[in-house]
Amino acid sequence: MSTDTPSSDKTVATSLPVIGRSATRIDGPLKVSGVARYSSDFHFPGMLYAVPVCARIASGTIQSIDTAAAAAMPGVQKIYTRENIGTFYRVPKSSKAQIDERRPPLEDDEVRYYGQYVAVVVADTFEQATAAADKVVATYAGTKAPDVRMKLSPDEKPETDTERGDPDKAFGKAAVTVDHVYTTPPETHNPIELHASVALWDGDRFTLYETSQAIMNHRAVMAKMLGVPQENLRVITEYLGSGFGGKLWPWPHALLAAAAARDLHRPIKLVVTRQMMFHNVGHRTNTQQRVRLGAGKDGKLVSLQQDFIQHSSRLDDTKEDCGEATGFLYSTPNLRVTSAFARRDIAPNTSMRGPGAVPGLYAVESAMDELAIALKMDPVELRLINEPEIDESKNIPFSSRHLKECLTTGAETFGWSKRNPAVGSMRDKGVILGWGMAACSWIASRADATASVMINADGSVRVASGTQDIGTGTYTMLAQMVSELIGVDMDKVKVVIGDSGLPAGPFSGGSMATASLIPAVAQASREAIEQLLKSASESDAAFAKVDADELAFTNGRVYRKNESPEQGRRFEDVLNAARLGHVEGSGKAKGTMGDKHPKYSSHSYGAHFVEVSWEPAIARLRIKRVVSVIDAGKIINPMTGRNQIEGAVTMGIGMALFEETRYDARNGMAINSNLADYVMVTHADAPDIDVVFLDYPDTKLNEVGARGIGEIGIAGLAAAVTAAVHHATGVRVRDLPVHVEDLLVSKVA
Amino acid sequence: MEPFTYSRASQTRDAIAAAANASTAQQGAEVRFVAGGTTLIDLMKLNVERPQQVVDINHLPLSEVETLADGRLKIGALVRNSDLAHHSVVQRDYAVLSEALLAGASTQLRNMASTGGNLLQRTRCNYFRDADMPCNKREPGSGCSAIKGANRNLAILGTSDHCIATNPSDMNVALAALEAVIVVQGTQGERQVPIDAFFLLPGTTPERETVLQPGDLITHVLLPAPVKGSRSHYLKLRDRASYEFALASAAVVFATEAGKISHVRIALGGVGTKPWRSPEAEKALQGHSPTPENFAAAAAVALRDAQPQNENAFKVDLAQRCLTHALTTVANV
Ligand SMILES: Cc1cc2nc3c(=O)[nH]c(=O)nc-3n(C[C@H](O)[C@H](O)[C@H](O)COP(=O)(O)OP(=O)(O)OC[C@H]3O[C@@H](n4cnc5c(N)ncnc54)[C@H](O)[C@@H]3O)c2cc1C
Ligand code: SF4
Repeated sequence: MSTDTPSSDKTVATSLPVIGRSATRIDGPLKVSGVARYSSDFHFPGMLYAVPVCARIASGTIQSIDTAAAAAMPGVQKIYTRENIGTFYRVPKSSKAQIDERRPPLEDDEVRYYGQYVAVVVADTFEQATAAADKVVATYAGTKAPDVRMKLSPDEKPETDTERGDPDKAFGKAAVTVDHVYTTPPETHNPIELHASVALWDGDRFTLYETSQAIMNHRAVMAKMLGVPQENLRVITEYLGSGFGGKLWPWPHALLAAAAARDLHRPIKLVVTRQMMFHNVGHRTNTQQRVRLGAGKDGKLVSLQQDFIQHSSRLDDTKEDCGEATGFLYSTPNLRVTSAFARRDIAPNTSMRGPGAVPGLYAVESAMDELAIALKMDPVELRLINEPEIDESKNIPFSSRHLKECLTTGAETFGWSKRNPAVGSMRDKGVILGWGMAACSWIASRADATASVMINADGSVRVASGTQDIGTGTYTMLAQMVSELIGVDMDKVKVVIGDSGLPAGPFSGGSMATASLIPAVAQASREAIEQLLKSASESDAAFAKVDADELAFTNGRVYRKNESPEQGRRFEDVLNAARLGHVEGSGKAKGTMGDKHPKYSSHSYGAHFVEVSWEPAIARLRIKRVVSVIDAGKIINPMTGRNQIEGAVTMGIGMALFEETRYDARNGMAINSNLADYVMVTHADAPDIDVVFLDYPDTKLNEVGARGIGEIGIAGLAAAVTAAVHHATGVRVRDLPVHVEDLLVSKVA
Repeated sequence: MEPFTYSRASQTRDAIAAAANASTAQQGAEVRFVAGGTTLIDLMKLNVERPQQVVDINHLPLSEVETLADGRLKIGALVRNSDLAHHSVVQRDYAVLSEALLAGASTQLRNMASTGGNLLQRTRCNYFRDADMPCNKREPGSGCSAIKGANRNLAILGTSDHCIATNPSDMNVALAALEAVIVVQGTQGERQVPIDAFFLLPGTTPERETVLQPGDLITHVLLPAPVKGSRSHYLKLRDRASYEFALASAAVVFATEAGKISHVRIALGGVGTKPWRSPEAEKALQGHSPTPENFAAAAAVALRDAQPQNENAFKVDLAQRCLTHALTTVANV
């Protein structure tokens, strides 16, 4: 057990004046005034527009592509097919560069999913390119009805992901058991910003404006696939209109844009359509999970088994690791998680906010709720008594784990003690209330990161790293960090990110960017300050004969430790005295991600409590309120932090009640590929969300003790919703999303 | 999208003359009026509508809401959905219409959408909108992909073997319950068509949705004077709380005298191939007591002939709950 204390502790607060305080986004005004440029906002003289042509079948072979009519249309510059696109190379599997669709676009004539690119039209305007793309006619041979079945059975023998004890035997002998199959449907990322590429080629080098959550990886992948040295390729993502994981790794459209730019020697803009968003840039796979729990009469788990299957595309096998959190969430001597793939004629899947653990915890936490009912035990109590002492899957201690406090604090904040467990028993003004809860967990890890911090002769400070802000607040967090460490106001800090030419920064995924940047930025800041103090002691007459270690700094001033800061010198005076334009520090931190032998088990935890209302007369289900208590280490900016949890909870409500991509069995197309038919949460659906951060610094992860917060809020949420739905209606929904038709059988009146 | 010519009509007769050149005013029309454009432009982008000529009617003087001397309300075809919903007379005398409009689409769309355009909005059947899939409404004779496909949001009343598409409008359901009359100007002059006769059942010709002929321009919608002592209400049920088409909806206009139902008009949305007026349910209630039991019985009558598909059988139950609740609400029992 960890014994750390909450950082709301006074001594910590005074030494941390900016970190831990709410700060509005420094990029907010730029965004609302339209000054911030998103990738597709970039325009260049002579720019042409590329529009891909998509296969209208999901399985078959291209026989011919007739481009004659399209080529003759106004404004058309060139039409590319496999014949003339040139060579794309593959990314070796051994490389660290990540991509979820390994086959380069137009590589062969096989169509393996609906919407696969078969050609791309380049024209003077977007409208001309769109019109011509419509007139490119592909004919196919061997077209088959696609296999898009959502019911899954393993293609090969399932793999055992983690195992201990003898779960079968223990399950067989357990006093109380549950054994159910839970399913989650395919979900499509629908950030408001469409994927886009603006590609420039100067005869030697590429500059690519991309919608990327990982510019450094994007550069690595594109360099390999385009066959150019990394130095000749610059990737820029100044702002991202969100990604939710869908923009982590490059997708084929980026290659099409770059290849056309190189061939035509003109800037090329390619913006993926909303419909293409449903086929060409990944999605969350559907999962089918059998969960078996066995417990003693006292509620102690004796066996936990999770066997999951997911669909994958014909060529790729991106794993949705539903068992990610299962091994260490609860204490049980016997446990097994197995995984399997079922290939379908569906486009490659990819990460979506909380990949793996989110569908996984829906299943495991739903089963826990069902177990609590079978045991006639309070579901909070059931979790509390199964709290492990250590990470039993790896036999290592937790770096910092406060799930119990999440549960008890959540219960208290929500008013859980007033819950009557009988189905349909709680009412408010004629509506039936359902209360449900679930626990959650998410990875806490760090990726490699480097950063530079410069203190300038004009008193400003610049922090730079090749990372990106995906809308989550990375700009602001970096300004806070540096403001704190260098001792200047936040508005003096210029944050420079979003350019692969900068010192390599982390990707924005797995809730890791913040945690990864902290050590690198801290080191760079310390180095910069060291330089500053050194130059003060060496070159500033005001500090003549004063050793650097007798100097201190605060509020933009260097001063003698035995004097007050007001008697010191401003940073700019120190630098001017030394005739220095700036001093610079650089920081580098090795990641913990993928560490084979970690000393600690580092994860975030949380507990969600959900109230639903159910009006049987009109079969109307709504989410009324949510309390989420989150243990995600030190919270650097409670305002943007709360915003992340609220957004994740809202997305979790969408997962529980609305989101579902449907592929037509005849042509394999996502039939609801637009924002009217793909139902997501609207503001009217968003309930009161009360977010409580426990705020225990996890200093084993980094010196500030901050973990990530982008994903923990969606984990477990759907299970809390379906538990609440069951409490209100008596209907247990094991296949997401919950539909009214599932609830019409409710006997509660 | 196909190339098209664009012109702006400044007079009604110019608009009519331009549209009269088309071979049909139904699916496949070569000339289309554009009002708010929120249906038409969408469908042109999807290649479902391919007019050669688009006539912009937004400058015609059809944006007034006027109470006539005889108490009827005359609504111009270009009155925007937002303006109509917030019009004081509509809110006072035709609450069902205001509620229906506000339950539809989003604020932005309602600011653009016109009364005439809303009347003529097309189905949200996924296959109608996917130009690659067979669809009898889009390509007569090609087949109906929805009958064994995704049909959760499609109709259970008024369907045929050829088409089960829902008329998705909320406004139309209210207009049906209000017994609105559609005023049409055509090459032969003006005619007035009761809303129930305005919309056609799909039968074997789902591509024909209304009685409109080439050249026909909707100029107004007329609402009868409000029935004395009547109240009205629109209830819309859907998965999420806003910005979604109805799974089932009900528009009711209702009055009692001496404890008995003296006037009742009922229309259902989200379940019919056209805005679904239910004279049978009205008859079941006329002259009876306004009790929840009677309402439920009437709702059962309204759905008696429902023909559900593989995915939408739940609508039979849901629509009954919807209607029963709408009646209970309006009757305040
Ligand atoms: C995302 C989305 C969600 C929506 N949700 C809802 C909803 O929940 N409920 C709902 O009811 N509706 C909904 N709608 C539909 C919306 O109400 C209609 O698109 C709108 O009412 C159409 O009006 P308009 O003026 O824009 O029509 P337009 O697109 O301009 O025209 C539609 C059709 O009517 C014809 N037309 C227009 N005016 C006349 C006239 N005076 N005479 C003859 N022909 C005419 C046009 O030629 C065209 O064929 C939604 C639409 C969208 C895009
Ligand atoms: S229901 Fe009607 S609109 Fe839909 S596919 Fe069938 S014919 Fe076409």
